Amino acid sequence: MSILPQVIFLLIFAVAGYILFKRVSYLRRNIFLGKRETRNDLPDQRWKTMLLVAFGQQKMFKRLTPAILHLMIYVAFVIINLEVLEFVIDGIFGTHRIFAPFLGSVYGVAMNIFEFLAIAVLVSCVAFLIRRNVMKVERFNKPELKGWPAMDANLILVIEIILMFAILTMNATDQILASRGVEHYTLLNGLFFSSFLQPIFQGMSDSTLVFIERFAWWFHIIGILAFAVYVTYSKHLHIFLAFPNTWYSNLKPKGEMINMPEVTNEVNMMLGIATESNTEPPAEIGRFGAKDINDLSWVNVMNAYSCTECGRCTSECPANITGKKLSPRKIMMDVRDRAEEVGKSLDSGGQGLADGKSLLGDYITKEEINACTSCNACVEACPINIDPLSIILQMRRYVSMEESAAPAQWNAMFQNMETAFSPWKFPPSDRFNWAEKVKNEEIKEI
Amino acid sequence: MSTYKVPTMAEMAASGQALEILFWVGCAGSFDERYKAVTQAFVKILNKVGVSFAVLGPEEACTGDPARRAGNEFLFQMQAVANIQVMNGYEVKKVVTACPHCFNTIKNEYPALGGNYEVIHHSQFLQQLINEGKIVLQGGGEFKGKKITFHDSCYLGRANDVYEAPRDVIRALDVELVEMKRCKTKGLCCGAGGAQMFKEPEPGKKDINVERAEEALATGATTIAVGCPFCLTMMSDGVKNKEKEHEVKVYDLAEMLAKDMGI
Repeated sequence: MSILPQVIFLLIFAVAGYILFKRVSYLRRNIFLGKRETRNDLPDQRWKTMLLVAFGQQKMFKRLTPAILHLMIYVAFVIINLEVLEFVIDGIFGTHRIFAPFLGSVYGVAMNIFEFLAIAVLVSCVAFLIRRNVMKVERFNKPELKGWPAMDANLILVIEIILMFAILTMNATDQILASRGVEHYTLLNGLFFSSFLQPIFQGMSDSTLVFIERFAWWFHIIGILAFAVYVTYSKHLHIFLAFPNTWYSNLKPKGEMINMPEVTNEVNMMLGIATESNTEPPAEIGRFGAKDINDLSWVNVMNAYSCTECGRCTSECPANITGKKLSPRKIMMDVRDRAEEVGKSLDSGGQGLADGKSLLGDYITKEEINACTSCNACVEACPINIDPLSIILQMRRYVSMEESAAPAQWNAMFQNMETAFSPWKFPPSDRFNWAEKVKNEEIKEI
Repeated sequence: MSTYKVPTMAEMAASGQALEILFWVGCAGSFDERYKAVTQAFVKILNKVGVSFAVLGPEEACTGDPARRAGNEFLFQMQAVANIQVMNGYEVKKVVTACPHCFNTIKNEYPALGGNYEVIHHSQFLQQLINEGKIVLQGGGEFKGKKITFHDSCYLGRANDVYEAPRDVIRALDVELVEMKRCKTKGLCCGAGGAQMFKEPEPGKKDINVERAEEALATGATTIAVGCPFCLTMMSDGVKNKEKEHEVKVYDLAEMLAKDMGI
């Protein structure tokens, strides 16, 4: 037997591995364009969050129908990858179904389970295509999805459908060949789902069937490798990043805004309060708030790369529901797009962050961030704990403190607070007037 | 006949009296015509139940929440540090407030600036008083058997995971508690959070409070219960917008309890 297929396989595998390595390094670099932030506290709680939310799909189940469809694809993805292991070993050693002799009848059962999962994926992907393109579920038809994002979503679904057909075609032809006693092919004890495809191939000659079977095998494994590379360019990156993304979740109460110690130092100095750290100014004075991706935390940028654009955030956003421009999903997509722009520029020797553009202004407008009620509905809705609110609030800090360009009514509110210690313009001396009425009221006996 | 007492921290400190709680009134509770009634109702309950409390009175200042959410961290911290100095000066241990924004800020954001207190929302405090038997409701009050819906405020609910305390208080009134389609973790904001209270909304097709008021009205409730001064304003305006202000009332939890207690 020629070793040519093995050499080709190894070559393809090595090339895919190399491309993936480059892509992962690129993504990692882009994510770390964000500021360093340590979030390693409470590891027990972090592992638990990851297990429940990413591995256990807990938050997906807030919406039952998509949760079940998604679960089938997810389980199939995890389990069918076990079969890919066999593909790889077979490819390297020129074997065929190497696990079959070791596992005996269990192998046939396993193959039937894989086939069931392949069918489940087919059904789910078709259902998802219908939801996106026929039923036009509202959250899949928002302006930010026009063009590439909508295409990306459909492409993934179609690729998955084709890959599943390849598995089933391979199994169907493989078993016909095995039943004819052709060398190398192992007869398994009936593969239920692919047997329905067998009538299509029954009339074909052995050599045609071997060609189809081999073609399906190569198509499937190359397809999977190509898919792995494609994922790094796609919103589909969530299949890997959901795990670190949930591990690095914000574990504090959602209402808490992160403190700015650099401001605390100045405030303490102004008020004449001694603190341990206010003697030396920081070595490098950064910007207050966020104008561009490098002002955000790396966790914010990872959030953006983890986002699969499902739009549950946007569909729960009170501002978006009532027709304002703000869409939390768009915020995440903008962060990713900007990180991509900067990353590509850096790689081609360009200006990177200094290209004269910025996240706020060129991607996200003030109108969007000003519309946020900080209600945390988007954060609560995200199936993988992405936090769009944190990004919005950091940009508001930039606008207010660096540009002094907050909306006029907010500036008036600031002024009231500075002079009257209340957001409304009442004399501070009237603050306790409410008590007069009760103080003069007799306590009623019940 | 005695009258209701509203002692200040300064008075309590001067006379050396120990106290259970600092009642943080908040700006809305101090200045907003409508929310002053909530402050007064809560104070009456505290008097009636015999809780030893005090307020900061003229020494209180805005927590800084709207400044922080609008991006002005300097102003927020100026307010916060000044408030913390006052509270630490009085050695405050426990704070109760009827405003979820004050609650969230003092509870979650003051510790980073040196203010560490046990902070609870008035719905939680009222729930405790009911559970401990200190508030005994006679039943048969004006809300008995009525349909009531509760509007979750974001800074109590999602921000701090308090969903049941306000509902327990409402149930104690022997009413029929009905939920809106979007409630608890999925509750829809009234539209005022994140400093929106202090500016006009961005252009859109509808005001958020109208959307929420429609949802509340759809439950058929005759009372919309809230636990937040901003929600009270927004929901009342929303109900007015739908011209239902005569049939449907918006009340804070403390007001409802006080009414039921006949005070």
